[in-house]
Amino acid sequence: MATEELINHLEEKARQLRLSVVEMMGIGKVGHLGGSCSCADIVAALYYHRMKVDPQNPKKADRDRFLLSKGHAALVQYAALADLGFFPKEELQRVKALGGMLQGHPDMIKTPGVEANTGSLGQGLSIANGMALGLRLDGIESKVFVIIGDGELAEGQIWEAAMASVNFGLDNLVAIVDQNGLQATGPIIERFNTNPLTPKWAGFGWHVIEIDGHSMREIVAALEEADATRGKPTVIIAKTVKGKGISFAENNAAFHNGAMTAEQYELAKRELSIVARGGC
Amino acid sequence: MATRSLRVAYGQALVELGKEDERIVVLEADLGKSTMSILFQEQYPERYFEMGIAEQNMAATAAGLSLADKIPFINSFAVFASGRAYDQVRQSIAIPGLNVKICGSSAGLSDFGDGSTHQAIEDMAIMRAIPNMTVLVPADAVETRKMVKAMVEWNGPVYIRINRNDLPMITDIEGDYEIGKLQVVRDGSDIAVFANGVMVSKALVAADELKRDGISVKVINASTVKPLSKDEVLAHVQGCKGVVTAEEHSIIGGLGSAIAEVLRRERNLPIEFVGVQDSFGTSALSYDELLEHYGLTAEAIRDAITLLLES
Repeated sequence: MATEELINHLEEKARQLRLSVVEMMGIGKVGHLGGSCSCADIVAALYYHRMKVDPQNPKKADRDRFLLSKGHAALVQYAALADLGFFPKEELQRVKALGGMLQGHPDMIKTPGVEANTGSLGQGLSIANGMALGLRLDGIESKVFVIIGDGELAEGQIWEAAMASVNFGLDNLVAIVDQNGLQATGPIIERFNTNPLTPKWAGFGWHVIEIDGHSMREIVAALEEADATRGKPTVIIAKTVKGKGISFAENNAAFHNGAMTAEQYELAKRELSIVARGGC
Repeated sequence: MATRSLRVAYGQALVELGKEDERIVVLEADLGKSTMSILFQEQYPERYFEMGIAEQNMAATAAGLSLADKIPFINSFAVFASGRAYDQVRQSIAIPGLNVKICGSSAGLSDFGDGSTHQAIEDMAIMRAIPNMTVLVPADAVETRKMVKAMVEWNGPVYIRINRNDLPMITDIEGDYEIGKLQVVRDGSDIAVFANGVMVSKALVAADELKRDGISVKVINASTVKPLSKDEVLAHVQGCKGVVTAEEHSIIGGLGSAIAEVLRRERNLPIEFVGVQDSFGTSALSYDELLEHYGLTAEAIRDAITLLLES
C-alpha cells in the first residue's frame, strides 16, 4: 500500500510537470498541451516512484524503460527528464527550436533519457515488445512501460503488437492506455470509436486493469498489480481528461495541438500554482 | 556457369554468424521457408521469433531488440519489407540509425509465378531514399554470404535485396565483402556497365559477345547501391565513351538513378538505363521468360552499349 506521503509527493510532482508543460508552451506557440496533461499523473508515478532510472547514466543496462508511443505528448516527458537531471532545465525553453535537443516528438539520439524515436503513431508497443524480448534473453529484470493514446488504438499495428506481447508471454511489459477520449478532431466516440477497450485487450489475452488515470492511489496500485502479474502482459486502461488541470483546455480538442493566448497562459499558470494537499 | 542459391547462402550465413555472435536474433513473418531464415530457427530456436504475418510489427519490434543490444535480422519478401513496413523502417529504425538488418527476399521479378503483388521493382529506390540506410544487392551466393558477415560488422540499418532463384557464380571466393566498394568483374575501356544482382551475369555475357566485335566493355558489380562512392564511380568511367546501368528494378530511383546522380556533370558521358520501364510485374511460368519480357537480358545490355557507341 502506498503511503499518504508518497501519494502527496507524486501528486505534487504531477502538478509541477503540468506547470512545466505550460511554461514550455508559452504564449502563442502551438503544442500538444491536452495529451501532455492527460498523462501527467501516470508519467509522475512512473518516473518518481515505479521506475528505476539513473540520470547520470541514462543507458545503464538494468534501468526500466519508458516509451511514449503517443509521442506528441513529449512535453510532459521532457519536464520529468529535466527535473530528474537528465539534461539542464534551460533546454525546456528551447523545445522544438532549431538545433535544440528537444524535438517535437521523442528523439533518442538528441535527448538523454529518451529510449526510442516514437510519434508515428502505433509503433511504440512493438518497440516495447522488442525491448522486453531482448531484456528477457539477457536475463535482465527491468520492465518496459509504454503509454499509448486511445486515438492511437485505431492503428492496426497496435493490435499486431498486442497479439505478439501475449504470444511471447511478456510479463516484463506494461502498456498504459491514456484514455482521454479525444482525438485531434474531436471525441473518439463520434469520430473513430476505438471502444470498448477492456473486452478488446482482454480478448487478446492481456491482464487488464481499469483505473481513474488521475487518481494517484489507483495508478500506484495498478503498477503494483502489474508487477505481481506473471506469464502475460498487463494493460492499464487509465480513464483521463485531456488537458487535465487547466480549466479551458480540459476536454477541449482545440488544445490537442493548440496555442494559448497571454490570458490563457496566465490563467493556466495560476491554476497550476495551487500546491496540492501536503505539498513538498 | 554453375549456379547456386543466394537465399540458402543467406540462411547458412546467419547460422554461421549466429554461432559466434549471440547478439544475432532473427525475426520472420511466416516466409521462413522462402527467405531461408528457417535454417537459423533449426539451430537457435531461442533467438528466432516467428512474428506472424505482420511485417509492420516485426520491423518495429526489431527496433526494440536493437535497443536491447541485439542485432536483429528481419525477413520478408522485398515487396513487403520495403513497402508494408516502410513507415516502421523509416521512423523506428532509420531515424535513430538503429542496428537492424532488413532482408528483402524474393526481390525483383524473381518470384516469377506470384505476379505483381509479390514482385519488388521499387524497393531499391525506397530504401535508397531513406537517410542512414545502407543498401546491398548481392550478385551470387558467395557474395551473399560475405555480405551477411559485413552487415553484422556494420553498425546501422542495412537493407539486403536477395533473389529467389539460383544465380551464376561470378564473384571472387577469396576475401571479405567491403560495404561501399565497387568491384570490377570484367575490365574494359569503351563502355562501363554498372550492374547488380542477376544483371551482373547478363552484363558479362554481353561483354563477351561484344568483345568479338572488338568492343571493350568494363563490367562493375555495384552490389553496394548506398553508400555510393562518387570518387570510385568517376574513376571507373575514366576514359569510357558511355555508361550503361543494368538492374532488376524500375529504372526510376534505383541503381541507374544512383549512378546518374553521381555522373550528372559529365557532359560527354551519355547514360543508358536497362531496367523495368515504369511498370509492375506480372506472372510467368519461368524466371527467364519474365526477365526477357521486361528486357532484362544480355541482349538489352548489348543493344544499349551499341546505341551509345553509335550516337
